[in-house]
Amino acid sequence: MASYRIVTSGKSRSFPTSHEFIEAADESGAGLVMLGSDHALVDGGAFGDAPFVAVELGSECLGVHGGLASGPANGDGRLVGFARFRLGTAEPGQLVELVRQPWTTPEALDAARAAFEAAGLTVAVCEDFPGRIIDRLLRPYLNATLRRLDEKLATAEDLDRTLCMGLGYPEGPIALLNRTGLAEHFDVTQALYEALGQEPYAPARAARVAKARSGG
Amino acid sequence: MTIKTVGVAGCGTMGTGIAIVAARAGFATVLYDTQEPALERARGQIEAFLRKSVERGKLDAEELPKIMERVSGTTTHQGMAGCDIIIEAVFEDLEVKHALFAGLDAVCPPHTIFASNTSTISITEIAGGSGRADRTVGMHFCLPAQLMKLVEMSPGLTTSDETFAAAWEFCEAMKQVPVKTQDTPGFILNYFLIPFNNDAIRLVEQGVAEPAEIDKAIKTALGYPMGPLELLDLVGMDTQKLLCEAMHGLTNEPRAACPPLVRRMIAAGHLGKKSGRGFHDYADSKTFGA
Ligand SMILES: NC(=O)c1ccc[n+]([C@@H]2O[C@H](COP(=O)([O-])OP(=O)(O)OC[C@H]3O[C@@H](n4cnc5c(N)ncnc54)[C@H](O)[C@@H]3O)[C@@H](O)[C@H]2O)c1
Repeated sequence: MASYRIVTSGKSRSFPTSHEFIEAADESGAGLVMLGSDHALVDGGAFGDAPFVAVELGSECLGVHGGLASGPANGDGRLVGFARFRLGTAEPGQLVELVRQPWTTPEALDAARAAFEAAGLTVAVCEDFPGRIIDRLLRPYLNATLRRLDEKLATAEDLDRTLCMGLGYPEGPIALLNRTGLAEHFDVTQALYEALGQEPYAPARAARVAKARSGG
Repeated sequence: MTIKTVGVAGCGTMGTGIAIVAARAGFATVLYDTQEPALERARGQIEAFLRKSVERGKLDAEELPKIMERVSGTTTHQGMAGCDIIIEAVFEDLEVKHALFAGLDAVCPPHTIFASNTSTISITEIAGGSGRADRTVGMHFCLPAQLMKLVEMSPGLTTSDETFAAAWEFCEAMKQVPVKTQDTPGFILNYFLIPFNNDAIRLVEQGVAEPAEIDKAIKTALGYPMGPLELLDLVGMDTQKLLCEAMHGLTNEPRAACPPLVRRMIAAGHLGKKSGRGFHDYADSKTFGA
């Protein structure tokens, strides 16, 4: 089993409360997990002989921590990024998106994956692109549902019911947004809009209004 | 207005399913297709489905012959003249639908309602060539219609309130769940689903993640029963391309445009589950070839 130690700096969105993954950490563990939002620049000098180094990601790319090219200065092949799925104010879920760069070694990736899976989490691997998998797919869809709701395509209830009954979704998009926070959706989709410059990521009116009214 | 006799025009995948829904709910159901073999095939499929329902305990055995007795077939417009409502599920082509409704308009009594199961064509445009624009309405069933309860119902610009109300009541009498949507491209389901699936294809295209990782992420995080790429493998790349072309042609929205990878997959014969390979490999799948 992959052993690891945890260094925390700032608040962690992925693990706001304790979890098997946190409890299984061990001060003398070989791997290094950097938890929290304040690891602005990862210092490769601190990696020591860790077989893998996993840094928690917000909406930023792993490249912000790991540099743009492979090489001794920044592009360490042991570095991976991770983010546990969590929408707005909801509890985090089961999924961990594990981000690699082109020079990430398969050994480091496997060791990081094993550490998360040992704690009962499900890992999906992706490359270092803005929004990873979930936000990249979910945000344009959520924006579209909010826009079409404004345009009176259907009532919110019918829109949700249609997507749930037609596609077997456990929750409709409007209920999901109301549960997890429209202003929080604004923050993520605005960051992606800036990163990608694509109109479907532009926050929908309702998200913009919610953000303005939240005072944030 | 009371609906007693239901016509279903076009006995392909959707028409056959819709006929099961209508006949099972107690309506006399007249199947219409230009192809005699399609009628035969539809009757066979209806009976086979009902037999399965009996085996699974979803239908009383004595109901089966009664339902089959309610189903008749015709290859002429005249044979549809006794219908109170006719749901069309013919080819997705405006001219074909116009020709069908114009022909039926000539033989049907004034009260007969025309309903279209179109996925992408405007109800108002179909109504415009039907000869009874005020009595034409959208009723979009989901595949497979005999199992899926949802029906997206759309009034066109010319649909009268009475027509919409009567069709809605009829939909509920078939024990389906109607939802009201505007007559805009893709209604609700396809409007959101086609671009969402395209976005997933673009992630593969751009090398963001492998198909299996994308599907796993979506299912785990959002609890969807199927990942978008698994779903696309069922839909088929050829169908996705047609849907994209229709939707993008109507909305000009970039997310609806057919991703180039779909065309390459079609050229390579990677159509999805039906060809044994799409985003996933079905070489070992037991259902392949079934
Ligand atoms: N397949 C789906 O998932 C789906 C879902 C919802 C709606 N729809 C819509 O339902 C309609 C039918 O789709 P399908 O997949 O069942 O097609 P299909 O090709 O399986 O069946 C079409 C049937 O219509 C018959 N037909 C064609 N022209 C005719 C005419 N002029 N008069 C009488 N019969 C005629 C054909 O012989 C064929 O049997 C389309 O409008 C489609 O957009 C399809």
